[in-house]
Amino acid sequence: MLRTWRQRITFSDIVVWAIGLAIAFMVIYGTIATLRLGKYTSATWLDLIITGLALGGIYALIALGYTLVYGILRMINFAHSEVFMAGPFTAAFLADALVKLGIWNRYPLLSLVLVLALAAAISSGIAFLLERIAYRPLRTAPRLVPLITAIGASFFLQYTFRGLYGSGLKGFPTLEVLKGYWTLGTIHILKTQAVVILGALAMMLILYGIVQYTKFGKAMRSVSEDKETAALMGIDVDRTISVTFILGGASAGVAGILYVILFPVAHFFMGFIPGIKAFTAAVLGGIGNVPGAFLGGLILGVLESVGPSLFLDGMGIPAPYQLKDVIAFIILVFILIFRPSGILGERMAQAKA
Amino acid sequence: MSTNTSALWKQAIRAGLIGGAIVMLLALVGVIGTFKDRDIISGWISMGHVLFLAPMLLFAYNAARHVESPSKAGILLVGAISGLMSALVTAILPLFGQVVNLRAMFANASPDLYKMLTFGQGIPLGVIILLLVGFVMGGLGASLLLLPIRLRKALSQAVVWVILAGLLRELIVVVISRWGIVAYLIRWMFAQNGLAPVGAIAIFVIIGALTFWQSGRKRPAPRDLPPQQKQKRTLVTLGGAGIILIILPLVLGVYFSEILDTVGLYILMGLGLNIVVGFAGLLDLGYVAFFAIGAYTVGILTSPELGLFHLTYWQALPFAVVVAVLAGVVLGLPVLKMRGDYLAIVTLGFGEIIRILALSDWLKPWLGGSQGIQQIAHPWIGSLEIRNQTQLYYLILVAIAIAGFIAWRLKDSHLGRSWMAVREDEDVAQAMGINLVTTKLLAFASGAFFAGLSGTIFATKLTAAYPHSFSLFVSINALCLIIIGGMGSIPGVVVGSLVLMGSPELLREFAEYRYLVYGALLVVMMLMKPEGLWPEARRRLELHEENELVPLEEPQPVLNDPGQ
Repeated sequence: MLRTWRQRITFSDIVVWAIGLAIAFMVIYGTIATLRLGKYTSATWLDLIITGLALGGIYALIALGYTLVYGILRMINFAHSEVFMAGPFTAAFLADALVKLGIWNRYPLLSLVLVLALAAAISSGIAFLLERIAYRPLRTAPRLVPLITAIGASFFLQYTFRGLYGSGLKGFPTLEVLKGYWTLGTIHILKTQAVVILGALAMMLILYGIVQYTKFGKAMRSVSEDKETAALMGIDVDRTISVTFILGGASAGVAGILYVILFPVAHFFMGFIPGIKAFTAAVLGGIGNVPGAFLGGLILGVLESVGPSLFLDGMGIPAPYQLKDVIAFIILVFILIFRPSGILGERMAQAKA
Repeated sequence: MSTNTSALWKQAIRAGLIGGAIVMLLALVGVIGTFKDRDIISGWISMGHVLFLAPMLLFAYNAARHVESPSKAGILLVGAISGLMSALVTAILPLFGQVVNLRAMFANASPDLYKMLTFGQGIPLGVIILLLVGFVMGGLGASLLLLPIRLRKALSQAVVWVILAGLLRELIVVVISRWGIVAYLIRWMFAQNGLAPVGAIAIFVIIGALTFWQSGRKRPAPRDLPPQQKQKRTLVTLGGAGIILIILPLVLGVYFSEILDTVGLYILMGLGLNIVVGFAGLLDLGYVAFFAIGAYTVGILTSPELGLFHLTYWQALPFAVVVAVLAGVVLGLPVLKMRGDYLAIVTLGFGEIIRILALSDWLKPWLGGSQGIQQIAHPWIGSLEIRNQTQLYYLILVAIAIAGFIAWRLKDSHLGRSWMAVREDEDVAQAMGINLVTTKLLAFASGAFFAGLSGTIFATKLTAAYPHSFSLFVSINALCLIIIGGMGSIPGVVVGSLVLMGSPELLREFAEYRYLVYGALLVVMMLMKPEGLWPEARRRLELHEENELVPLEEPQPVLNDPGQ
């Protein structure tokens, strides 16, 4: 027993485990030290958690696009972060126009719906064109080829939008209704955060319903199982893939509007970091798995929001908030090493796509 | 015929619409406007004109190429209609801009742009001219098809050279002004801005005639030569290239040396990334990390500002390279089991982690935080301090020569062949007895070696290491250049680096749209020619399994086979 173990464990495994243990130790040590310090009150922690949940909801919606596309094509759509950026960046101009017409604050719900619809339309349009022009001809190419295409498309889109709308920051007007906070018992929740959490939840439920309970969802799941068989069963594979991209795009567009509600500026590079985070969320939850994307998004959002204070502050690291992106990347690496199937995924483990 | 007519119409209109959409996108993104003052033929045609007329012509050509009807009039008509459609789509922009202020949304929809699209003639007249021009352009594009292939090639070459000469006018004039008497022979071709019309005609005729004559001659393809002669030819080419490279900065001057330095650093990095991505097929998007590690290590070891160590550049160099290689192995270990997409995004994460750490206040005492490290030492050779661009050029040249030799020898070694086996199929490679762990780690380590070396020279060139110099874009540049050049191909790295890194430095208008062009190039390249501009033979085989086997499968002449 011991011998087989010794034969199976290689040097690289030992190194990886050692790094893992060191990081786990640091996290535990940092947490205990921070809690001992007592620098933060429980109200602060709660605030951080709620902030994390709001951010996590957005990650979850973006992650859905990665997950759906990965499930069906077994490729990571690198340009998805630009699909996410395109919607709100465009919708910011509509919002400006609505402000000028005096509609924005008088009919906030209507304005919000209009802005959401435009963002979703633009994002899904971009996603559709992306698939149609760049990915479809490469479906049978060696796997590095579509990946490089996706990276190229990502930069192309970023700089196209930079050229179209300018390289500056585009402010997104705030809604009067969403200023201030609501009080639930002793808890204060910023209205924007509450709206974002609810919006993300609603969108997630809608998409889950589509994937799980509609005829199209069934087609999509069957195409992701096996394209040829699905085609033999009379499913239009090309169309299903197109609609999948459109769904993912719409979800990213909605996520984009929620994002600019939280952080009211849009610019051409805004997709990059949320895109990587959302990908991490998708992997964390189990890529190809819709509830997994949601769970992964929320966990990542909370960890990222609480993490710098909880893990790093206690170790005496100055300005721990600068390192919040590092936390997400480290989570990504360790999930991929120790549980590549993610929290909820099973069948994707070690899948050779 | 009549059943085909509607299909023909459809084809022409479709191509025209796509061409028009591209023109519209180019205009709104600002490319056409930016190049409008860059004259190709002084007073006649600017680069902006070229950019908005070329898509019309090319799409018309493409539409006409697929026409099956043999009648000449039919081909011309299809082209002309396609061009007209492109012009119609383009005309939407100035017409619409007349009614609505597009500028509130699109930063580049300026009156200047409309003026240019309507040839400065205002709304009704200008639009009519635009449509006519589109019609003619389409017809011209299609008429290319009616020419014999040799003439077509000569024409397109001549046009390309005229455009290049016009674009690079300033640099050519600066360079030839150093050549004394020769300058008088060439100077008259150029006007204040772009080419003089006479000069353009001269270049057009000379290049056209040369290409026409050249393509008429029958030369044996290099692969048909007997091996001795082939080897001789390679030696002659290499020797010639070497001499040219050595005298290049003396001929071109300091400004070019600066550009060549940048290109050279990217060649070094490209050679390394080419091992990781091109040979071993491991898509590394965090390659900048090793470049940064090389630069920062030299900084820490030599900068008196931090006061940690006081080594010279040459003493610090081995440490820097070793640290980079070790980092390559350490970052390689966790990603050993990951494939393709995952690997790309995890390495991207690593690159960002290194940059964020370098920026953080936490490591400021060692890495200088956001101000970076200043006062990094210049290298000394004897009593000569290598500090200006030309001296650095030679340092980089030596480094490239060494790195290029290593990469070239590695490629056909046992290790190189293992890398390619891993690239083509990991599982089969492992079944054939290749140790995946060592093979992959060695790929990461050798890639890191070149990047670290490049980073040390970069640091001493700037005498500083700023965290902002090590963004994701460095990795993307390096990746683009090896892909455009041809993955796995060493000459491809050089070509890719010259084209991709050189052009933004030469043309400031291009620098603005650098990543737009790179992104588009990556996509177009993958769709049309995934093996790159200067492909490696085996890669071409892999990507065109079904159709391009023939030339490579040709049996070698038996009498030259040393095994017989």
